[in-house]
Amino acid sequence: MDFGLSEEQSLIVETTRAFVENELYPHEAEVERTGHLRPELIREIQKKAIEAGLYAANMPEEVGGAGLDTLTWLLYEKELGRANYALHWTCVARPSNILLAGTPEQRERYLFPCIRGEKWDCLAMTEPGAGSDLRGMKASARKDGDDWVLNGTKHFISHADLADFAIVFVATGEEETPRGPKKLITAFFVDKGTPGFTVRDGYRNVSHRGYTNAVLEFDDCRLPASAILGEVHKGFEVANTWLGATRLQVASTCLGRAERALGHAVEYAAERRQFGQQIGKFQGVSFKLADMAMELKAAELLTREAGWKFDQGTVTEADMSMAKLKATEVLAMIADEAIQIHGGMGLMDELPLERIWRDARVERIWEGTSEIQRHIISRELLRPHGG
Amino acid sequence: MKVLVPVKRVIDYNVKVRVKADGSGVDLANVKMSMNPFDEIAVEQAIRLKEAGQAEEIVVVSVGVKQSQETLRTALAMGADRAILIEAASDVHQDIEPLAVAKLLAAVVKEEAPGLVLAGKQAIDNDMNATGQMLAALLGWSQGTFASELAVEGDTAVVTREVDGGLQTIKVKMPAVVTVDLRLNEPRYASLPNIMKAKKKPLEEKTPADYGVDVTPRLTVVKTVEPAGRKAGVKVGSVEELIAKLKDEAGVI
Repeated sequence: MDFGLSEEQSLIVETTRAFVENELYPHEAEVERTGHLRPELIREIQKKAIEAGLYAANMPEEVGGAGLDTLTWLLYEKELGRANYALHWTCVARPSNILLAGTPEQRERYLFPCIRGEKWDCLAMTEPGAGSDLRGMKASARKDGDDWVLNGTKHFISHADLADFAIVFVATGEEETPRGPKKLITAFFVDKGTPGFTVRDGYRNVSHRGYTNAVLEFDDCRLPASAILGEVHKGFEVANTWLGATRLQVASTCLGRAERALGHAVEYAAERRQFGQQIGKFQGVSFKLADMAMELKAAELLTREAGWKFDQGTVTEADMSMAKLKATEVLAMIADEAIQIHGGMGLMDELPLERIWRDARVERIWEGTSEIQRHIISRELLRPHGG
Repeated sequence: MKVLVPVKRVIDYNVKVRVKADGSGVDLANVKMSMNPFDEIAVEQAIRLKEAGQAEEIVVVSVGVKQSQETLRTALAMGADRAILIEAASDVHQDIEPLAVAKLLAAVVKEEAPGLVLAGKQAIDNDMNATGQMLAALLGWSQGTFASELAVEGDTAVVTREVDGGLQTIKVKMPAVVTVDLRLNEPRYASLPNIMKAKKKPLEEKTPADYGVDVTPRLTVVKTVEPAGRKAGVKVGSVEELIAKLKDEAGVI
């Protein structure tokens, strides 16, 4: 058993950290204040990220990615996660692994341009009436001759305004199961500009300024059968097979920001003096720091272990849910305590703490709420006992 | 042409340096270490020479503890071709003095026969600023120090030097030792694909004995102390008062 990083992994962490600190941090204040990423800024950072081989590094080597194993990829995600989400997600994009499931034509049209930084993808599943209960979705597609006709609405679709196309999951039928009727889901590629497909501005929200969400509307949107990703009625199968360790990705990016917040807290506790001594000498502060460091380590070990098991092919749903749950909750706790240690200063936007605290909130909701994660973990415990 | 670049593992420039309790030096235990920033600039310049077709091979060499191989791997990941580690110390606190390093580098130069040695002007730990100059003297080579620009023209290196009050441009005959200053270039990130390739690049391990060099220190550190804390400033009420203070108290005008 080996908990250390290899020389190679350390170098990847170093390079990614240096990139994040030199190329992303300096633009955070602008994005936080304007809520907007300037297209010129995106292109400028994107170019550097491509040169450094950091862009689309989640992808396998044979398609132009870095070919990292899951554990190493998570280390890279953690470093990127330190920065403003819009900046790292847009300028150092990691196109969805689901693009690998495409046909050779679909790969040419969608996958490779995303890896080269010429296109952005987005994934559309959530609907106003279908969140945790995804299969309850109402958006649907019916077959019409050789074509498919899409109708319905998706919302909370991240960075859909920027994306050139969406991978949209809609119901294409229903089957009878012992537990009642179950919707059959199919995934479609839909290009921006396709008649009947409209992208509307989404909601302004508390977390991740500059990282937008949008509403997607389909009104008799006609698509050829070649737009189907995977097979008809097998949308969730494609997603489950190809999406990869997205929960671990969320966990890792949270660890990055938690570590950054803890760093600020430690520094402040050592510098700030009140009542004639460093505030870090007061037990009320020092014990907080100890708990923050311990919880961060626990979350990191859970995440790394799940990543390692992912590579071994032994990971369970509960492993990934535990890592996601723990890392997102630890981030919330650390962000909150880091602000407490700073007092009023922690709430000012001169420091990144107020936004790490705001940004932490969405992490316990998206990619499966904390409750869904607990459900998955407990289900795995109870199933062998007939639960 | 082959380019030799010596690189040193030093305390990371972001780390707040702490003096050891016994005053014998700086505490390096569990402290982040990195490549000396000036050496990074030297590696970058060597890579640029190679990219411009003016160098064929870049060999990096480090003298120090075993962990210096991490520094060498960084240089390989940036784009150097081959590395030599001369393990001359087992304790990170043990300093190898410039003359010993210069002697070891001279021995490496004799084996490798590079056309150019590109070195950082100094390491940010001890700020000796001596190794490059000593190496040139031991080899009897020309030297161009504090380079802010470097152009290789045939067997001549044109070096723009940062000197007090401006820039001085000199031509030195190669082979030569050139030490680089801060403004020469901006080092690249070790790219992910190059990091993956670096693992396969050769790293040779040597000891000072292989070169017949004695690295026993000749200097004794008497004491190491923290710099004095800055005194609080004073507020002045007017321009007149400021000028008076600068004249009478500070004596600077």
